[in-house]
Amino acid sequence: MGKILRINMGSEGGPTIVEEPLGNYAGLGGRGLTSAIVSKEVPPQCHPLSAENKLVIAPGLLSGTAGAMSGRLSVGCKSPLTGTIKEANSGGQPSQVLARLGYAAIVLEGKPKTDDLYKVIIKNDGVKIEKDNSLKMLPNYDLVERMKSQYGDKIACISIGPAGEMRLAAASVACTDTELRPTRHAGRGGVGAVMGSKQVKVIVLDDTGTKVRQPKDPEKFKDANKRFVEGLQKHPVTGQGLPAYGTNVLTNIINEAGAYPTYNFKQGNFAGASKISGETLAELEVKRGGVATHGCHRGCVIRCSGIFHDKDGKYLTKQPEYETVWAHGGNCGIDDLDAIAMIDFWDDNYGLDTIEMGATIAVAMEAGLAKFGDANAAIQLIHEVGKGTYLGKILGSGAAVTAKVFGIERAPVVKGQSMPAYDPRAVQGIGVTYATSTMGADHTAGYAIASNILKIGGHVDPLSPEGQIELSRNLQIATAAIDSTGMCLFIAFALLDQPETFQALIDMLNAFYGLNLTADSVTELGKSILKMEREFNMKAGFTKEHDRLPRYFYTEPIAPHNVVFKVKDEDLDKVFNW
Amino acid sequence: MQIKVKLFATLQKGRFDEKMFNLVDNTTVRDVLHIIGVDEKDASIIFINNRHQTLDTVLKDGDILSIFPSIGGG
Ligand code: SF4
Repeated sequence: MGKILRINMGSEGGPTIVEEPLGNYAGLGGRGLTSAIVSKEVPPQCHPLSAENKLVIAPGLLSGTAGAMSGRLSVGCKSPLTGTIKEANSGGQPSQVLARLGYAAIVLEGKPKTDDLYKVIIKNDGVKIEKDNSLKMLPNYDLVERMKSQYGDKIACISIGPAGEMRLAAASVACTDTELRPTRHAGRGGVGAVMGSKQVKVIVLDDTGTKVRQPKDPEKFKDANKRFVEGLQKHPVTGQGLPAYGTNVLTNIINEAGAYPTYNFKQGNFAGASKISGETLAELEVKRGGVATHGCHRGCVIRCSGIFHDKDGKYLTKQPEYETVWAHGGNCGIDDLDAIAMIDFWDDNYGLDTIEMGATIAVAMEAGLAKFGDANAAIQLIHEVGKGTYLGKILGSGAAVTAKVFGIERAPVVKGQSMPAYDPRAVQGIGVTYATSTMGADHTAGYAIASNILKIGGHVDPLSPEGQIELSRNLQIATAAIDSTGMCLFIAFALLDQPETFQALIDMLNAFYGLNLTADSVTELGKSILKMEREFNMKAGFTKEHDRLPRYFYTEPIAPHNVVFKVKDEDLDKVFNW
Repeated sequence: MQIKVKLFATLQKGRFDEKMFNLVDNTTVRDVLHIIGVDEKDASIIFINNRHQTLDTVLKDGDILSIFPSIGGG
């Protein structure tokens, strides 16, 4: 996995391909590599849709190996949604396949001078890039079917839907799953719009003829991987809860905690929560012949995903994630799983971030474009985006733009990116992460819910500002490091409670690369990534005043706890002082 | 006194999701676990009226007690 594939889309006479050794980027993977390339090579002041921006697609350090859980993909660039540096993370097959093909990263650079659309085909025997304007405005599912008919069913695809082609700030980059469906998305921050600006519709990957990446010390690697898997299976979250109910197991607990943003962050409890909970969803999936326990890529042993069938028992979409169920469900007052699953399908098909779109539709509902709870109206609004009507383009630009256009004060965003499924007033630790993350409002960047609500890795009172800075800081550091390994972040639930499972992961890295990393070096890696990202953002014009929540979170208490966000500004400014 | 008990995820299996109980004064969360046959170590997260509580918390009339096993997501 020592090569970088650079595709210059702006070369005279059509795109050109160059393969380079990793050089100065050696030892980096995943988010560490995407953020290093973006911060070193992209001018921080550039327009995100300009030729100067780059889209970097990188498997993690352990992707393509026999290591469990190692198939996450990082997609990085300067974000058109936030204006900050961005790493959006996706499951699905492409990470493993790309790594086995020998690539540490694909970098899309420049911009074509014509309006042609391209596809990139990467096989063991070489890389091709072809003009294919017949793919214009194809939704992701149709596109993947087309690729399957042309290149066979041993492929994996990284693609954009119409939203990406229209360069909408809520556009995602889709990755195909184990069934070769475009269900897993690098959702956040409009990375799909950057791929659209490069006019690359799809990257088709075929690793036929390649082998699993070989560790420096196979015996040690095998042993470490075994301990790692045992640790994941032993922990109740990664061994039982996630496989049985998926991420949506959170609906009930976040609702019980009074932290479930409902009606565009108006209140912290949703009366319809149990109708859309993970328990209800899993039961419905099994009843209709779907699947409640399913891995998004080969090698996942937690298997938090699933397959959702419609009322007639036919495939509709993958099991909608908690964030999606919240965004399009409770946040919009919708308590109908079939409608939520339908919206999930269309988000995937048009290539849209489900979190951003759910938050946007809730803002649109507050603006009176539809009534809270009206599922049909919500589906119609998503179709507006897919069709690219003027209204659709506004909505597809995200919650902040939509609020501005319709004169709505309450836009639940930080740095232009919508908050996910936890109210920062009722979970103050996640508020610190939303405010200070290098990515804009993002839960995965430092998942304080673990200690604030779930009592994993200790317990910090969610309603008090005490201890939240340190909690968020440590999680942000650890997350940046994990996001570099290609490991699914959900391993963190076991790592936080079981030091021996964390050690097993370090042992895997050491056995694979012949290194002597310690827990401290992992922390240093996380810090160095955050530092690069912060520096990029500062040069792009971000100051500490941007590391704040919108004012109304400080002034409008939320029921049932009747609390506001109480972490002081000067404390927020200390998150990155280590 | 009347309290409502809500169980979630794996704790629902073979039990209930929501049920009213008539209890004597000074009943604790631990007592309720005994009554409904949930092992203390399986009751990882306990809320009463939307707030985190412990096994020793004493219940009051009208309380809603919600009990979760160890879960996570994101
Ligand atoms: S735990 Fe879930 S999100 Fe993570 S790799 Fe497995 S299926 Fe994908």
